[in-house]
Amino acid sequence: MAQANSSSAVSLPFVLDSGQCRIGGGWDVLTLSGPGVVRQRRDALRGVPADTCWVLESTLRLDSVGAQLLWERWGRKLPQHIEISESQRRLFDMLAAAGEPQPVPVPKRDWLAWIVRLGDGVAVGAHHGERLLILLGALVLDFMAMVVKPLHGPWKEISAQIYRAGAQALGITALVGFLIGVVISYLSAQQLALFGAGQFIVKLLGVSIVRELGPVLAAILVAGRSGSAITAQIGVMRVTQELDAMQVMGISQGQRLILPRVIALGVVMPLLVLWTDAMALVGGMLAAHFALGLQFMWFLQELPNAVGLTNYWIGLVKGVTFGAWIALIACHFGLRIEPNTESLGKGTTASVVTAITGVILIDAIYAIIFNEMGI
Amino acid sequence: MSAAEPIVDVRDLTTAFGSHVVHEHLNLQVMPREILALVGGSGSGKTTLLNHILGLQRARSGSIKVFGRDIESYRGTDRVALTRRWGMLFQSGALFSALPVFDNVALPLREVHYLPEDLIRDVVLMRLAWVGLTPADAALMPSDLSGGMIKRVALARALSLDPELLFFDEPTAGLDPQRSDEFVALIKALHAQLGFTVIMVTHDLDTIRDLSTRVAVLADKHVLVEGTITDVMKIKHPFIDAFFHGERGTRALGAIAS
Repeated sequence: MAQANSSSAVSLPFVLDSGQCRIGGGWDVLTLSGPGVVRQRRDALRGVPADTCWVLESTLRLDSVGAQLLWERWGRKLPQHIEISESQRRLFDMLAAAGEPQPVPVPKRDWLAWIVRLGDGVAVGAHHGERLLILLGALVLDFMAMVVKPLHGPWKEISAQIYRAGAQALGITALVGFLIGVVISYLSAQQLALFGAGQFIVKLLGVSIVRELGPVLAAILVAGRSGSAITAQIGVMRVTQELDAMQVMGISQGQRLILPRVIALGVVMPLLVLWTDAMALVGGMLAAHFALGLQFMWFLQELPNAVGLTNYWIGLVKGVTFGAWIALIACHFGLRIEPNTESLGKGTTASVVTAITGVILIDAIYAIIFNEMGI
Repeated sequence: MSAAEPIVDVRDLTTAFGSHVVHEHLNLQVMPREILALVGGSGSGKTTLLNHILGLQRARSGSIKVFGRDIESYRGTDRVALTRRWGMLFQSGALFSALPVFDNVALPLREVHYLPEDLIRDVVLMRLAWVGLTPADAALMPSDLSGGMIKRVALARALSLDPELLFFDEPTAGLDPQRSDEFVALIKALHAQLGFTVIMVTHDLDTIRDLSTRVAVLADKHVLVEGTITDVMKIKHPFIDAFFHGERGTRALGAIAS
């Protein structure tokens, strides 16, 4: 036996000779964490006959993970023949005291779970709808309270939100708007030039940007920027129990958290829409100048004829709706976050996805309404 | 390592946040197997000192040696190996809220790599049994746990790699007196068996009396005095008077004082 194991005994810190199994060297987490070490040790331990006298040497570096390996081999009790120091014995006493490990209850797999999930999804969706409706109702009441007593309104918070969601978003909306304007103008210029209809680019750019692209672009950017920030902020307030503190102090969450954000985004969005429109038109004008050789002055003179004032009003109305929608969704998901990190991540994602999907849905509804109205 | 060599050796430490000086010429040695209680008023820099020793914050000047080496010199794989020799029990548990109890305790073991899952399972369940939790608790999420259970799971996690050095930040804060006593008894029993070294920050006089083998008082920006609780109480200083000889102190430590 000693010969058979002698080659592996070099790498394994235990040696067999004359019916004794001596264990020394590293039997701690750090040694055992090498690749394949645990398997190697287990195999070697299994090769030791049952009636061996075990000798735990004084050089042995043993911790409870290494002890667990020996403990397994010994069938969860100290073997009959063993030489062991007092401190090592204490360690095994600890293992004995921990008792036989009970299996961790594993949730049973249910083949019909998908039906439950489907039902759950519908129920959760309905629940979100209900909460959102309640939130909207509370918002209207809060708004009326503010109209009645304007001096008590959360003006500071509103102005802070306007600055954060509006002024600080000017850069990114300008950049994206400008680039989209350039791209659209450049691509359509090539097609229009084929038919010699280059001058129609003003109408094409004007209507598409002012009526559709400007509002939707700005809304998507704001949803990603401010919507996620609002959700995360309110969510962290839940985690740190600030929301509970507000409730205990009798401070209305609707008044202090939701209303200022909805008002701020409602005010800021139409302005951002105008700004994005302008930047996209500038981009389009530049591209048209270089692609089709259209003069800037001519472009600017044509613009009012090509795009009626109604289109601007439509863009502004969309802006207000999108802004309020984004803020409302962000607050809704923020308030529903549970005090753990995973819920925070999920809630923020759900907030942005719902806000953007909703924006596009509302845009489609507006398209149908305005089409029916013939404007 | 000889028995005389300190596990943690802080020398001439100076810390400041801006112009606010927290520590000045602070010295502290922690010997193997002792349970050192760091005591001091709020804002005396106990937790900051802990963060320095853990390498979470850098000191302005001075040296901190852990296991005989400067804490700044542990980098890369050395640092990883160091972190496997110590464990920290954070004040509010700092459990990973996205993971169930079992995975929280198993995480340090899994991070070691190459440990087979069945061994990890046995070790985790053993740790949970040590701190008085059942396998049924293993499936719970941290948000489902009470304060006392969070502390115990956090202790199980701190113990998962069999550390030689443990840090406790307010181990019994937020526990009711009975739970607090149980927790102290638990740590005491584990210490007797496993022989780790403990540095703990605490305000709780009962914990200091029952658990610590030595007390270091942080006041006036340095370690004012260190020694057994009886030695410390003999020193005349406003903080010690208020802390140990105040009404609470007399109640908790009456037997020692008299």
